[in-house]
Amino acid sequence: MKIVMAIIKPFKLEEVRDALTAIGVHGLTVTEVKGYGRQKGHTEIYRGAEYAVSFLPKIKIEVAVASDQVDKTIDAITSAAKTGQIGDGKIFVINLDHAVRIRTGEADAAAL
Amino acid sequence: MTFKRPYSAGLAAFAVGLFAATAAYAEPTVNKGDNAWMLTSTVLVLLMTIPGLALFYGGLVRSKNMLSVLMQVFYTVCIVVLLWTLYGYSLAFTGGSDFIGGFSKAFLMGVTTDSKAATFSVDANITELIYICFQMTFAAITPALIVGAFAERMKFAAVALFVPLWVTLIYLPIAHMVWYWPGPDAITDAAKALAAAADGAAKTAAQAKLDEINADAGWIFKKGAIDFAGGTVVHINAGIAGLVGALLIGKRVGYGKELMAPHSLTMSMIGASLLWVGWFGFNAGSNLEASGGAALAMTNSFVATAAAAMAWMFAEWIVKGHPSVLGALSGAVAGLVAVTPAAGYSGPMGAIVLGLVVGVVCLFFCTVVKNALGYDDSLDVFGVHCIGGIVGALGTGILVNPALGGTGVMDYAIGKVADYDFVAQMTSQFWGVCTTLVWSGVGSAILYKVVDVIVGLRVNVETEREGLDVTEHTERAYNM
Repeated sequence: MKIVMAIIKPFKLEEVRDALTAIGVHGLTVTEVKGYGRQKGHTEIYRGAEYAVSFLPKIKIEVAVASDQVDKTIDAITSAAKTGQIGDGKIFVINLDHAVRIRTGEADAAAL
Repeated sequence: MTFKRPYSAGLAAFAVGLFAATAAYAEPTVNKGDNAWMLTSTVLVLLMTIPGLALFYGGLVRSKNMLSVLMQVFYTVCIVVLLWTLYGYSLAFTGGSDFIGGFSKAFLMGVTTDSKAATFSVDANITELIYICFQMTFAAITPALIVGAFAERMKFAAVALFVPLWVTLIYLPIAHMVWYWPGPDAITDAAKALAAAADGAAKTAAQAKLDEINADAGWIFKKGAIDFAGGTVVHINAGIAGLVGALLIGKRVGYGKELMAPHSLTMSMIGASLLWVGWFGFNAGSNLEASGGAALAMTNSFVATAAAAMAWMFAEWIVKGHPSVLGALSGAVAGLVAVTPAAGYSGPMGAIVLGLVVGVVCLFFCTVVKNALGYDDSLDVFGVHCIGGIVGALGTGILVNPALGGTGVMDYAIGKVADYDFVAQMTSQFWGVCTTLVWSGVGSAILYKVVDVIVGLRVNVETEREGLDVTEHTERAYNM
């Protein structure tokens, strides 16, 4: 099992969710985050006081999938979240040792 | 501007003037229309402060300090309302000296529902209690303006002590110096008595009486400075007190290094718009009558404000590449400030020019000058109110010129508009500006020091980091 973690543009969340649902991924955790990558930040000016805002709002999604689902998941996220502009985000894949569904006690693949 | 009706003057004149027209001594009347307008104006000026100014300022601070600003403004209104009726009105608007009135109307002594206050027209009075409340709202908004300069770092206890001290020792004398005068009825009656005086001795006596009446006015008023709705009394006064406060209390922790962006320009938009609406009470209400003069002040308060907002916005667009909401709002407030002294004196086209000028001048001060000098006037009380007030005060001296579409200045002794003299009028305006700057600048510095010794001006660094809402008031503006 793997956790696929993706940092995406906030307005792409619905499209990513739809794409994941279409390939049979039925659970997703979403966090509002801030960060920077190649996009850097932008400047805000309030009555002449200039502030470099270096952390931009992004959405972090985390989805736990079986190992053989990872490539499909990455493809779904990539195609849905891509605009071709700097700032589209990144995907990280992390090993997942164990999973439990709290309500039933099911474990691992059955819990996903 | 309070006016006991000058019976003594009338009787004296009557005694010496054989042909004194009895009609001139008729009891001035109170017009219900004027009263209705002044009641309305009074609550409009209250609306400027709460919630107008409170929201405008509140939106500009960080969310952790929102309530502290709202509280400081609300507190200021309440405490000033009380001290105004206890002794404030009396010290500002009764005779005494050139610099401060007396206690003859302390606790509103002798004021009844039948008491009258003069307007700018002969024989047209308004109910004195309305005038008291109207002026009360001016006294309330002025110290509330100062709050913006030291926002986000002043102890509430310090604000609580500073505001009543400042109103008592700075505002009341300045209001008295600028606005206290004997009123049109007294001057006109004395002038008629003089004109009717038959022989040399009678003329001498009548002239002495007229001089005595003219002498019963504030120091700046007698210098000939004109200030329709309070450019000096309210804006220069508060603006310089704010700058002194910002300098003495020091910069906010992290100033110039950390993000101190306004937490809600939406609130600021609502607040600035309420300020504009309320300002019609402030400016058009200062006409004291529901007449053409009020209509002129209203017109000027529309056009100068719009012109200044456009000037700031376009200047910023040209220089910085973007038209900002805060820029347009700040320009509008700067325009309102500048047109305050000019509202009833300038023509509408003059007011547009005044607005265009002040929009650019205040932008320059709030950005270039402030950054160059490095002081932390949190919400630009100096850059907008003091600088805007000075532009307005000097602009009024120019735009009052009838040749430029202004109204000229009424001379009640001759019963018509006096000849305009540029040098004389500008000299008078400078007297008003400089007296206010010195009185308020020096006086405020002393008061800040006194407050610092008694309760301390500034919260400690941890409190400032945490935000004043939770630490000073144990509340949060937004629980979401």
